[in-house]
Amino acid sequence: MEQDFEKIFQDKVDREIRIEPKDWMPEKYRQTLIRQISQHAHSEIIGMLPEGNWITRAPSLRRKAILLAKVQDEAGHGLYLYSAAETLGITRDQMYEQLHTGKAKYSSIFNYPTLSWADMGVIGWLVDGAAIMNQVPLCRTSFGPYARAMVRVCKEESFHQRQGFEILYVLSKGTEAQRRMAQDAINRWWWPSLMMFGPKDDESPNTIQSMKWKIKRFSNDELRQKFVDVCAEQVKVLGFTLPDKDLKWNEERGHYDFGEINWDEFWQVVQGNGPCNKERLDARKKAWEEGAWVRDAALAYANKKAKQKQAAA
Amino acid sequence: MATAKNEIDFLLHLADNALIIGHRNSEWCGHGPILEQDIAITNIALDYIGQARNLYQHAAELINQHADKIELTQTGKDISLPVTEDSLAYLRDVVEFKNLLITEIPNGDWAQTTLRLFLLSQFQLELFTQLLKHEDAQVAAIAEKSIKEISYHVKWSQDWVLRLGDGTEESKRRMQQAIDAIWAYTGEMFIQPEYATATCLNYAAIQTAWNQKVTAIFEEAGLLIPAKTFVQKGGATGMHTEHLGYILAEMQYLQRAYPNSEW
Repeated sequence: MEQDFEKIFQDKVDREIRIEPKDWMPEKYRQTLIRQISQHAHSEIIGMLPEGNWITRAPSLRRKAILLAKVQDEAGHGLYLYSAAETLGITRDQMYEQLHTGKAKYSSIFNYPTLSWADMGVIGWLVDGAAIMNQVPLCRTSFGPYARAMVRVCKEESFHQRQGFEILYVLSKGTEAQRRMAQDAINRWWWPSLMMFGPKDDESPNTIQSMKWKIKRFSNDELRQKFVDVCAEQVKVLGFTLPDKDLKWNEERGHYDFGEINWDEFWQVVQGNGPCNKERLDARKKAWEEGAWVRDAALAYANKKAKQKQAAA
Repeated sequence: MATAKNEIDFLLHLADNALIIGHRNSEWCGHGPILEQDIAITNIALDYIGQARNLYQHAAELINQHADKIELTQTGKDISLPVTEDSLAYLRDVVEFKNLLITEIPNGDWAQTTLRLFLLSQFQLELFTQLLKHEDAQVAAIAEKSIKEISYHVKWSQDWVLRLGDGTEESKRRMQQAIDAIWAYTGEMFIQPEYATATCLNYAAIQTAWNQKVTAIFEEAGLLIPAKTFVQKGGATGMHTEHLGYILAEMQYLQRAYPNSEW
């Protein structure tokens, strides 16, 4: 029986029919999606912090307004994604619990500090750029609610990426100090951005199954290569450089070759030893704990109003 | 020229109010108690930054028109002509800011933040409604656009005053504490600044309407208006709390550290 269901399920996936929340699905598929979607949602919420760090210091009113709108978009992405995950039978509060206890992960990139205004540009260009590479294929992922959430997320991310590039473009035309600020930010964020695609294919245990289920459509290394190829060209428009002496066009492959990623650093950050892991998680826990009385009050008030309405009816 | 100078100062007063309350609300971004409410308060901050921009832009236009006849600022040596929305926001110092004190005091907890917004936005709604009849069509147009946003700010913050006032014991205690802490800063809203000379303005009427609405909401929520308190005032004429200096130090840092740069 179970085998029949499994066959029907895989057949649907193979024929590109979306899996919906009420459809039968293998337990492992459900768990994989909960892990991936909640991790993605947490990344959006934690990701508000490094950029939120510059809202009160944005250098012009226009930049301040754009940055506010962008960080607000990220909160919105978190909201759609938590909702998509909830269709799989987990609550938002349970997901928060997993985040706060360290059981659930989020994108390691947000454990790096934002030290200058140029970081807002680089996060848009490289970090959102890498996110888009990862996320565009997810618009066709096999689970319906996730795919639909990603369509909207990707539209907004592409705006974010353009605004980031534009920040850097303006800095590139600016004073010497501004150009230095921008190059320094690129130097700090380039390698962590490459790590956003995850471990190398031969060290990524979940990839094969996820590709069979069409949760994933391209491997980590394929996407990383595509990202390097795009950025190596875009950086020329800015007149800056990427901090990789091995970066070189390979005619034969039709791709850029690039240097070895420091995987030791990657795993250190994943395990909690990045420069801001503690700050990021503490900030979220603090917001959650200090907001408890607000949530309690809202609930008590809503119950009171519902009762009054009932009594009046 | 007195009229143009007055209108400029009044526009700066309104713009500074919007900028500083926007700044305070934006401090919540990423730290709100509920994700949906984090989005809401960030959006409100964004509305205020938008209003500040409209007001500064119009003030800048008038300043540039009348620059030969009016003294720009007290310490305006940093500001060169033509002035822009950004030079007005980023290059004036504390004593030149004309925002009400209620906008600059710290956020406190969620009760204090939502209460402050309720008291302020209710005032702004009355004030901007009068400005619809301003003889400068641009001011009237800005008021019309702002009212749409402020009406939502009133509704959102009023709901929180009710919810917290009539929620749990703790939330009621916190909301009442917030009222006791902020009340002294409400009186300043009804003192008509000397430069607020537009004929459409009637501060006494604003105060009456505000009193009625605030009293009604407090009564519904079971909250008490403090017995007579001293009125803290001076923001509209540049006499601020110590908090504003820190807001500006943070906000203006890049413009000050890297002068004459495009961003």
